Amino acid sequence: MTATLPPQTGAAGASAEPPPAASRPALAQDWRRLVRMGAVGAVAQVFIALSNMPVRLDERVIVKPVLSLGYLTLLIVPFAAGHRVGHQVKREGMAVHAAGAHEMAGGAACGAVAGGGLSLLAVLLANFDLREPLVNWSPMLAELLAFGNATWFAVVIWLVIGAAVGALGGALRLLGPRTRRAVVTMALAVGGAAVLEPLVVDLAEGMRLEALTDWLYARRGGINWTSALGLAAASGILAVLGRGRIQQARTHIAALEGAQRTRTNGLLILATAAVLIVLPLFAGKLTNELLANVGLFVLLALGLNVVVGLAGILDLGYVAFFAVGSYSAAVLTAATSPRINPELPWLAALIVVVIITGLVGLFIGAPVIRMRGDYLAIVTLGFGEIIRLLFLSDWLSGWFGGSQGITKIPGAGIFGLTSVAGTDPRRVFYLVLAFCALAIYVSWRLERSRLGRAWMAVREDETVAEAMGINTVNVKLLAFVVGAVLGSFSGAIFSAKVGSVFPNSFLILVSIVILVVVIFGGMGNIVGVIAGSAVLIGVLGGPKQPGLLAEFSEFKLLIYGALLIWMMLARPEGLIPSVRRSRELHQQEMAQDAWLKGQVEDDNHDDGSSGPQAAPAT
Amino acid sequence: MRSVNAHYGAVHALRDVDLSIYEGELVCLLGGNASGKSTTLKTLLGMLKPTSGEVVLDGEVVNDRPTSYRVARGVTMVPENRRLFKRLSVRENLDLGAYLRSDTDGIAADLERIFDLFPRVKERLGQKAGTLSGGEQQMVAMGRALMAKPRVLLMDEPSMGLAPALVQQNFELIQQIHAAGLTVFMVEQNANMALSIADRGWVLQTGRVVLDDSAENLLAHPDLRASYLGQADA
Repeated sequence: MTATLPPQTGAAGASAEPPPAASRPALAQDWRRLVRMGAVGAVAQVFIALSNMPVRLDERVIVKPVLSLGYLTLLIVPFAAGHRVGHQVKREGMAVHAAGAHEMAGGAACGAVAGGGLSLLAVLLANFDLREPLVNWSPMLAELLAFGNATWFAVVIWLVIGAAVGALGGALRLLGPRTRRAVVTMALAVGGAAVLEPLVVDLAEGMRLEALTDWLYARRGGINWTSALGLAAASGILAVLGRGRIQQARTHIAALEGAQRTRTNGLLILATAAVLIVLPLFAGKLTNELLANVGLFVLLALGLNVVVGLAGILDLGYVAFFAVGSYSAAVLTAATSPRINPELPWLAALIVVVIITGLVGLFIGAPVIRMRGDYLAIVTLGFGEIIRLLFLSDWLSGWFGGSQGITKIPGAGIFGLTSVAGTDPRRVFYLVLAFCALAIYVSWRLERSRLGRAWMAVREDETVAEAMGINTVNVKLLAFVVGAVLGSFSGAIFSAKVGSVFPNSFLILVSIVILVVVIFGGMGNIVGVIAGSAVLIGVLGGPKQPGLLAEFSEFKLLIYGALLIWMMLARPEGLIPSVRRSRELHQQEMAQDAWLKGQVEDDNHDDGSSGPQAAPAT
Repeated sequence: MRSVNAHYGAVHALRDVDLSIYEGELVCLLGGNASGKSTTLKTLLGMLKPTSGEVVLDGEVVNDRPTSYRVARGVTMVPENRRLFKRLSVRENLDLGAYLRSDTDGIAADLERIFDLFPRVKERLGQKAGTLSGGEQQMVAMGRALMAKPRVLLMDEPSMGLAPALVQQNFELIQQIHAAGLTVFMVEQNANMALSIADRGWVLQTGRVVLDDSAENLLAHPDLRASYLGQADA
């Protein structure tokens, strides 16, 4: 869904700039750039079509009966291309042209080229059979592309659709910042409501608001088109009335200092905690399950964040600690554990689990941290697999059950008061929440501690850190151990929640997903890591856990990859960057912005909102 | 340092190097590229273990003591090219210099002292170290080393990568620090400059000490004139 978000560069600063020059004539395009961008769009279109996404996602309706998620995947590309092609690089001292017919025409042409990819594909589909190399080369796809009509129709219609959608993308540039915000809010509201449908339905049931969801959603999924219009209107009005108040509040909070800042932060944290504590009471199984999964990954990601984000050790085998935590909790609590089965209460077992995982962290860390850079990453990758293969092996199957795993793990008993098992996701969520709170607090304190500073020094320059008297070996080992322990919490909860552990729950994919969450959210930033988990795990789903868009599970990795690439290009600091990272990645731009702002404020004092800034300053 | 030998793998980097630094001195080690200057520093600081010979600090053989032990006992290095923690703030860099200290009052006092010495550093406290100019970075690097409350300051090529005016300023700073009672051991290629402020010096050539004399004598030495000062003058 992220692709519906148009890049907002320049939106905030536009009002502060000197009046733009006259718009360019419609045909004065940079044709080479336009065609190149369109061609990229065309390739993307064909790729998406042949990935089978449109066919599979056609069942997920967004606005009934107009739009399905499948078609949306095809429409996004020309829209984005059409919008992007009108982008003007603002150079100091160079005129900025007003948006006009030029942008629309460019967008339409670019979108048509992109749509042409599908036209071409339709022709090929009709005349060749390439099912052998391209498994999704199916008549179904041809039918979808042609809307059930003949091939020539598909050819024409995709050129037209591409042009139309591209023109719309270009037209987005014609809007003033305020109107644009309203339009974007409307699109987000409708899209969000559609994506969050299961969640909204679930919550509405809990809060006895079924009437609302009955009005909003069609019986078999998707938003009714009448309701979509209503929702869009309502959100548009709200956006206009709001007039960027959220943005203002944010800058206002960012400007606070000292005690006031601490108090505001404390209040925000309290409010979030209150919502998280109250929300599950109104939520059904589905929401709580989802929240619990997100929480498990928050725990894992926070642990990895210490290792990668703070100490700068690229650990690609982090799943090892998750596995060890899960397995040791299983062995210690389950009566069915093959060799030893002390059947400890869960909390008592947890203490042992923490010790075991900490030791494993030391054991794996000791050889690993002597390496640097690429070698380190490769070795950790190896250790991640070794741990899984050990659990799978016949050699240790007497202990861990080999491929049979360990089953019938009892839930987590808390002081005999209550037992937490997967059958009651609400309790699982509260348990996860408690541990997340603990992990967040620990991470937060560590980051500001002497140890945290030592980690950062090692990350920056290991040799000099050593010369400062930092024992780099110990410090790095500690990072490994802290990461391992945080991961083991997640593992212990996971085994109690699921009730069984198998080696194939701990594939290398898990390591990668956790790393993606950390990178996507913003390395070294606690809030970012949480947001990353919520978006990636909650919406797209984890390695084995379905997310809100369950239909996407097949394409999850594809989307992860695409998101990562987009992230590296557009926001290398992550979704919610730490001030530190964003400063470091955009230092130059920010220096320039600060200078520009000074210039602007000299001759223009009324722009109080946000000034021209490319880097989001949290 | 007594008859120290050091190897990088099989490469014999230091051959029977014998150096003694006395309290309160300002001494320099000269030498061209790959003569073993930086190796000497690393060995002194314990980042490299000598294959034979002894490193002695205050009469104690510290061969097997880690870097942290030596730093805690007053040996600190200003690394070559300054090498600040670029993505950390100036403040954090300074704090890291005092990593091994726990006397909060003493640290605060030293911080003030550094601000007196380098007022510019105080202005830049919140800024990323990597964004400072070369001269400012040098100040922070010196400040960071001073935060460890050293008795001996090891300086690796203080003139490297700085504009000539800054080099001059830098050497004045070194003299100033030395005047405040610190022992300074610097390693330099810029022989002229280094000898002009040093008490004594050594010349290192392919891992061997070839000259050991007072600064005036070294300045006047014909071999040195030919091989280093000639270059430095040119």
